[in-house]
Amino acid sequence: MPRVVLSGNEAVAVGVKLSRVNVVAAYPITPQTTIVEKIADYVEQGELKARFINVESEHSAMAACIGAAAGGARCFTATSSQGLLYMGEMVYWAGGARLPIVMAVVNRALAPPWSIWCDHNDALSLRDAGWIQMWAESVQEVLDMMVLAYKVAENERVLLPVMVNLDGFLLSHAYEPVEVPTQETVDLFLPEKRPAPYWIDVVDPKSYGTIASPDTYMEFRFKLQAAMDEAARVIEEVDAEWSRMTGRSYGGLLELYKCEDAEVGLVVVGSWAGDAKEAIDRLREKGVRAGVIRLRVTRPFPSRSLASVAESMDAVAVVDRSLSPGLPSVLLSEVRNALYDNGKKPYVKGFIAGLGGRDVTPLDFEAAVESTLKAKEDGGSRVEWLGLKGGRDVC
Amino acid sequence: MSNLPLTAIAYPAKGSAGRTGLWRTERPVINYERCVKCLICWLYCPEPAVVRRGDDSVEIDYDYCKGCGICANECPAKAITMVEEVS
Repeated sequence: MPRVVLSGNEAVAVGVKLSRVNVVAAYPITPQTTIVEKIADYVEQGELKARFINVESEHSAMAACIGAAAGGARCFTATSSQGLLYMGEMVYWAGGARLPIVMAVVNRALAPPWSIWCDHNDALSLRDAGWIQMWAESVQEVLDMMVLAYKVAENERVLLPVMVNLDGFLLSHAYEPVEVPTQETVDLFLPEKRPAPYWIDVVDPKSYGTIASPDTYMEFRFKLQAAMDEAARVIEEVDAEWSRMTGRSYGGLLELYKCEDAEVGLVVVGSWAGDAKEAIDRLREKGVRAGVIRLRVTRPFPSRSLASVAESMDAVAVVDRSLSPGLPSVLLSEVRNALYDNGKKPYVKGFIAGLGGRDVTPLDFEAAVESTLKAKEDGGSRVEWLGLKGGRDVC
Repeated sequence: MSNLPLTAIAYPAKGSAGRTGLWRTERPVINYERCVKCLICWLYCPEPAVVRRGDDSVEIDYDYCKGCGICANECPAKAITMVEEVS
């Protein structure tokens, strides 16, 4: 396989090209813009035979993808932050309409205060939209995840849209050497899109996404939930198939690093898992048996896998790059919820960190694990803000 | 539930919402002596409850006409009048 140096955003574009996407509709926004610039270049050069639709907003971008996907096309769009929120109504529409669209979300903080830097609040604000949410750690994983996303989305047991999340700048603009799978490999893995039973067709006219009265609405929502449950199994199967073809496996729903004998786990999402792994190596040198649990997928939430990994641990530290004001940590709540019903459950402490692109280093992760172990012994706050200037006196 | 599609779909059918003409409070009445067969009412009716006949004259389908009055408003020959429904 050819090895080339790509940025995270270029890896998304290469993934779109290899997946032979038919329709791309997008609107520029930092730090996503270079994805669609690269795709526009492919279309212009004739390297990707796709219809590129310039639209006047993100809302229209998703609307265009919805129409094209309902007509049977393989569709792609990308956005970030404010653009994703503006698209929000249509994002829910794609999920409820069961359209296998893939969207790259280059994660960026929400305003105000205005920020272009990395944060996970944009994607997490749409966690209930009926989209599968995947999160990459490296540029290589971004590329592979794009192809896998279409494979999962279009699976007849799933038929759901997929959001591929990559951290703004930390991944989108980071360059790494990447193994690019050949077109033959991807064609074998991802066959041409098959028609689904509900697709619109001029010779069999129907109206799509019509009203459901109170005697059917709940059943449609139940089907959406059932598809999410099925997606958790399909993601594992697809990961295994990709591994057989390319030798690269990411662990399906979870990636585990040094968890076999770990007494304490560090739960993270996204690119900073690399820093978390470095912290775990340093902790192990100090005699702390620690491991990283990286959630690769947050919808469907991998509750069962997480509970079974964590049950042998004494404590778990959850480091969240988002804030739900008043909760305050989405990731902490979801991890605790996953562990609550399990007979054996570890002590769990949450950390809010890295909001608006605040730098987080392996030393911070090390401190989070040590703080969790200390809190388990002597109590103390169950949620801590990592690297908050002036501590709680900031208020 | 297994016979439900994945998402809500409707197929074209006449009056699947029932006889919507019952919603009407005013009915359009055509004065055929003024009608010039321009078919503007037929084009503008959102339902369509203005039925086009073979000779381009029109009639109202009162089973489905909701009495919105667009036809009367658009008619250039003033051949359509809205008349209050009385029970």
